[in-house]
Amino acid sequence: MPKDHGIGASSKRREDVRFLSGRGVYTDDMALHGQTYAVFVRSNVAHGRIKSIDTSAASKMPGVLAIFTGEDFKDVGGNPAGWLINSRDGTPMREPKRPVLAHGKVRHVGDAYAAVVAETYNQAKDAAQQLADDSDIEELPAIVDMKKAVADSSNRVHDEIPDNLCFDWGWIEDNRAAVDAAFKSAPHVTTLELVNNRLVPNAMEPRSSIGEYNPGTGDYKLTTTSQNPHLTRLLVAAFVLGIPENKLTVVAPDVGGGFGSKIYHYGEEALVLAASRKLGRPVRWTAERTESFLTDAHGRDHVTKIEMASTKDGEILAIRTETLANVGAYLSNFSTATPTFLHGTLMAGPYKVPHVYVNVKTVFTNTAPVDAYRGAGRPEATFSIERIVDKMCRELNLDPFEVRRKNLIQPDQFPYTTPVGLVYDTGNYQATLDKLIELADVKNFDKRAAASKAKGKLRGMGLSTWIEACGIAPSNLVGVLGSRVGLYDAATVRVNATGNISVMTGAHSHGQGHETVFAQIVAEKLGIPESSVEIVHGDTSKIPFGMGSYGSRSLAVCGAAMTKAVDKIIAKGKKIAAHMLEAAEGDITFEDGKFSVAGTDKAKTFGEIAFSAYVPHNYPLETLEPGLEETAFYDPANFTYPAGAYLCEVEVDPETGKVDIASFTCADDFGHVMNPMIVEGQVHGGVGQGIGQALLENTSYDENGQLLTASYMDYAMPRADDVPFYTVDHSCVTPCTHNPLGVKGCGEAGAIGSPPAVVNAVIDALHRGGHTHVKHIDMPVSPARVWSAING
Amino acid sequence: MHNFDFVKPATIADAVKALSAEGAQALSGGQTLTPTMKQRLAAPSLLVSLTGIAEMKGVCMGDDGLSVGAATTHATVAKEAAAHYPALAALAGGIGDPAVRNRGTIGGSIANNDPAACYPAGVLGSGATVVTNRRRIAADDYFQGMFSTALEEGEIVTGVTFPVPEKAAYVKFNQPASRFALTGVFVAKFKDGVRVAVTGASNNGVFRWAEAEKALSSNFAASAVEGLTVSADDMIGDLHGTPAYRANLVKVLTKRAVAAAQ
Ligand SMILES: Cc1cc2nc3c(=O)[nH]c(=O)nc-3n(C[C@H](O)[C@H](O)[C@H](O)COP(=O)(O)OP(=O)(O)OC[C@H]3O[C@@H](n4cnc5c(N)ncnc54)[C@H](O)[C@@H]3O)c2cc1C
Repeated sequence: MPKDHGIGASSKRREDVRFLSGRGVYTDDMALHGQTYAVFVRSNVAHGRIKSIDTSAASKMPGVLAIFTGEDFKDVGGNPAGWLINSRDGTPMREPKRPVLAHGKVRHVGDAYAAVVAETYNQAKDAAQQLADDSDIEELPAIVDMKKAVADSSNRVHDEIPDNLCFDWGWIEDNRAAVDAAFKSAPHVTTLELVNNRLVPNAMEPRSSIGEYNPGTGDYKLTTTSQNPHLTRLLVAAFVLGIPENKLTVVAPDVGGGFGSKIYHYGEEALVLAASRKLGRPVRWTAERTESFLTDAHGRDHVTKIEMASTKDGEILAIRTETLANVGAYLSNFSTATPTFLHGTLMAGPYKVPHVYVNVKTVFTNTAPVDAYRGAGRPEATFSIERIVDKMCRELNLDPFEVRRKNLIQPDQFPYTTPVGLVYDTGNYQATLDKLIELADVKNFDKRAAASKAKGKLRGMGLSTWIEACGIAPSNLVGVLGSRVGLYDAATVRVNATGNISVMTGAHSHGQGHETVFAQIVAEKLGIPESSVEIVHGDTSKIPFGMGSYGSRSLAVCGAAMTKAVDKIIAKGKKIAAHMLEAAEGDITFEDGKFSVAGTDKAKTFGEIAFSAYVPHNYPLETLEPGLEETAFYDPANFTYPAGAYLCEVEVDPETGKVDIASFTCADDFGHVMNPMIVEGQVHGGVGQGIGQALLENTSYDENGQLLTASYMDYAMPRADDVPFYTVDHSCVTPCTHNPLGVKGCGEAGAIGSPPAVVNAVIDALHRGGHTHVKHIDMPVSPARVWSAING
Repeated sequence: MHNFDFVKPATIADAVKALSAEGAQALSGGQTLTPTMKQRLAAPSLLVSLTGIAEMKGVCMGDDGLSVGAATTHATVAKEAAAHYPALAALAGGIGDPAVRNRGTIGGSIANNDPAACYPAGVLGSGATVVTNRRRIAADDYFQGMFSTALEEGEIVTGVTFPVPEKAAYVKFNQPASRFALTGVFVAKFKDGVRVAVTGASNNGVFRWAEAEKALSSNFAASAVEGLTVSADDMIGDLHGTPAYRANLVKVLTKRAVAAAQ
C-alpha cells in the first residue's frame, strides 16, 4: 500500500486550491491606495549612443508625475554579477556596470533608458511614447554574432572592453597538456560543432514589481516576482540603492513560474523603489509580454566545438570542448557561473573519462542578458556529451546502449572523483539504464519501426544517460570558485501554543508545490497531521534568511535546514517532556508524535508539550526556556547528483520534415522521493521544456540585433499535443549521502536529460531511413531544418 | 490601447453609415484588430461592430450553394456547414484555438487576407463569391495579394456564397509557433474541373496552382501531381521555412489533400 500521508505519499497539492479557483494573489493583483504606474522607455535599436532625451513635452502631459533617465541613477551602484570568474591567465573577468537605466549607451533592443510614472497606466504609456519620440539615439552597428564579436575590436558593446570578451576560462587549465596528449595518441577522435539554442524563459506570469516607501518610518517595501527575495533585498540594499537591509522588505507573493528568469534582480525593481521614495506613493509596473521577450534573462546560447577521443571499441579516453557562451549586453547575476561552474564541471557526464578539458569564452553582444534557465549549464554540458557519444557510436558502428554501459561509472566506484573537480557521492547508472531499457520496451523497437514505416514515417530512438549537479554548494567551495554569496539556507519552525506549526523557509515556491511537500516532511517528523503545518515563504520580514529556489536546491538545501530545525524542536521537546514527566532528559524518546519515558507508559503528546511551552507555569526557568521555536541554517557538504537515463522515440515525416514524439521514457534516480506525484509532474514539465528546446523554441536575432521572435506568433512554445504521454520512473534510488533527507532534487532533470535524447532519435530515424549523410541538426530541429538536412 | 467609441448597429445600412465617419473601422470577431489596437499599431476612434447584424450571421444552404454570413464565427461554420460542405467545416474547425474560433469570423478573415490565413484558400479553392454591401465579387478577383483585397473604401463583406464541390479537402501544415498555415492547400473537385488554392506559401498571398488543377482535372489522383514541380520563386522565406521548403510543401500537401478528398 502506498502511503497516504507524510514522506513518500502523493499528497494532493494544497496550493492548487487557490491557484485553480482563481484565488492566488500575484503581484499585479494587488491594488494599493494612491498607486501610480511606471512605464519604461526602451531602446528599439540594439546598439546606440544616447545623444539627448528631451523630457519637456512628456513631463507636461496629463497625469505625469515623474520622469527618470539614466542620469538620475548614474551615481548609484550597478547590479552586480554574483560570481567573479578568472580567465585562464589569472586575470579577473571584465565586469561592466549594469545601471538601473541605461546611461550613455543603449545596448540591446528593450534596454530601458527612461521611465515615466503617471496617475494611470495609459497616461504613462502616452508619455513614454512621447519621450521615445523626443529621444535622440544615434544607432551604432550591432554586435550579434559571437565569433565576429571576439574577432573585431573596433565595435564594442562596452567601450572599455576591446574584444567583447568577459573572460576566457579553462577548466582545468593544469590538465590541458595531458588532455591534448591523450588526443594525440587516441585511436579515434570524434568531432562535433553544435549550437545550444537561446531560449526565452516564458514564465506564464510576466515580471511585475511594486515599490512602496513610507515617509513616516523610512521603510521601503518591494513586492516583486522573485524566486529569491533575500538575494533581491541584498542586491538592492547593499549594491544598487544603498538602502539599509533593515529598512527594506522584499515580498515575493504567488509567482507564476520563473524557470530561472526570476532569480535575478532587475533594474525595474530599483526604479519602482526610487520612484516611490520620490513621490511618496506606491509605484507599480508589470511587463507586457513583449517586454518579457525582450528583457527577461534568456537561457543557453552556446556555440560549442566538442571532441571525444576513444578506442575503436568505444571506450572514452578524453573530452575537449571549446565554447563561446553569450552573456548578452550586461552580466546578469548568475551569468558568469552558468557557463562555467554549472557547465564545465559536468563535462565528464556519468562516464569514467580520465581526461577532460573545457574552454569557455563568454562574450558580450547587443542582445538581452543570458543567465541560468531551468538546468543552467548542465543541459548544455549534457547535450554536448550525449550528442558526441552518439556520433562516436555511429562513426565506429557501435551500439549506443553498450557503449554507454561500458563507460558508465560503476556502482562500486562511488564516491567518484571526476577530472573536472566534482566528487559524485553516490549513484547506480547501470540500474537506471536497465530500468529504462525495460520500461521503453527497447526489444520490440523494430516492430514499432515497421508500423511507422507502413504509415510512411521514419522511426528512430534516441538515448541519453545524464547526470547533473544540484543544490549548488558548499559555501566554502563556491567561495574559492568565485561566488560572492554563500549557498546555504535557513528555516524557522515555530510551534504555536495549540500545537500547530508555521515553518518559515528560505525556499520560494513559484509552482513547485513546496507548501505541500514541506508540510509532509515536517508532519511526518513530528507525528502530526499535514494540515497542522503551514509553510511560509517569500517574505524577508518573516523568514530568517534564504537563497530562494533554483538549481533544484529547495528540498536538498532548504528541506535539510527545515529538518535540522525540526530536530532542534524535538530536542527541546524532550527537555520539556523530561521536566513534565519528572524524568531524565536522556530517558525521553520521541516517536509517533509522543514523548515517552523509555520503558514506562509515561508519555506526553506533542500537543501537550507545545501547550506547556507557552503556558510555563512551573518551569525551572534557569534551565528551561519557555516557547517552542527553532531556527537552523544548513550548508551542504557537497552538490547532490541526480542521474538517469532517457529514451525518446520519434516519427519523422520525410516529406515535410515534421518530427512527432512517439514516446518518451524516463528512469531517474532522485534519491528518496518525498511526493511521487509532484516529482512526476516536475519531470513532465522539465521534459516538456526539453522537447520545446529540441524541436520548437528558437530565439532569433537578426544581424541588426532585432529580436525576430518577440511574440508567440514566431516563438514556438510546446503545446499539449507536441508532447507525448510520458513514462516516468523513479524507483531506482541511491540516497544522497550527505543530506538528512537523502534527496537529490528533481526540478531540472527533465530539461537536462531530454534534448539530446530527442535529437539523437531524429538522427537515428534519418539514418534508418537511409539518410546517412545527416550527422547533426541544430536545435530547434524544426520541420524545415529536417527537410533541408534530408535534401541537403 | 487608445480610447475609442463603440457602436453595434442592427442593419447593414446603419453599419455602412456609421463607417463613413472619420476614423471609423469595422470590428467583427476582433481576433486580429484588437491585438493590433492593444499594441497601439491601430487606433480607430470609432469601432463599428458587425456582429449584431442578423442578416450577416449564419450558414444557409440555397440554390446557388452554401451561404455564410460575414459575421459568422469559425465555430459556427465548423458545426453548421459540416452536413453541407465538410471540407469547409473542417477548415473552419482547424483555425486557431476554441477562443479564436468562437470570436473570429469569416468576414474578418477574408477582409484581412493574411497571407497565412486558412479561409482565403477555402474561398478561392471553392470559386466562391464574396458578397458586399455593394456588389458580388468572384473569389478570383477578390484576393489581390498579401493583406490586399478588392474591397473599396466604405465597402464591407456581408457574406460568402460557396458552390459545393463533389469532393474537397483542406490540408494545413502548421507554422510551429502561430499555427497559422505555414502552407495550406485547398483542393475542390467540381463536375467541370478541379481547383487548387494555396495559402501561406507565396509572397503574393493566396494563389491557384494552375498546373495541378489541369493535371487533376484529367486525373483526380495524388499521382497526377507527382511529376509537377513548384517554383520557389516568389515563395515566402522566413524563420520557419525557406522558399524551397514551402515549394515542397505545396506539392506534398496538394497530394495529401487529393488523397483526403477521395
Ligand atoms: C491565436 C490566434 C490564432 C489564429 N489562428 C488562425 C489560423 O490558424 N488560421 C486562420 O486563418 N486565422 C487564424 N487566426 C485569425 C482569425 O481567424 C481571425 O478571426 C481573423 O483573422 C479575423 O477575423 P475577425 O472576425 O476576428 O476580424 P477582426 O479582427 O474583427 O477584423 C479584422 C480586419 O477586418 C476588418 N473587417 C472585419 N470584418 C469585416 C467585414 N465584414 N468587411 C470588411 N472588413 C471587415 C476589420 O476592420 C479589421 O481590419 C488566428 C487568430 C488568433 C488570435
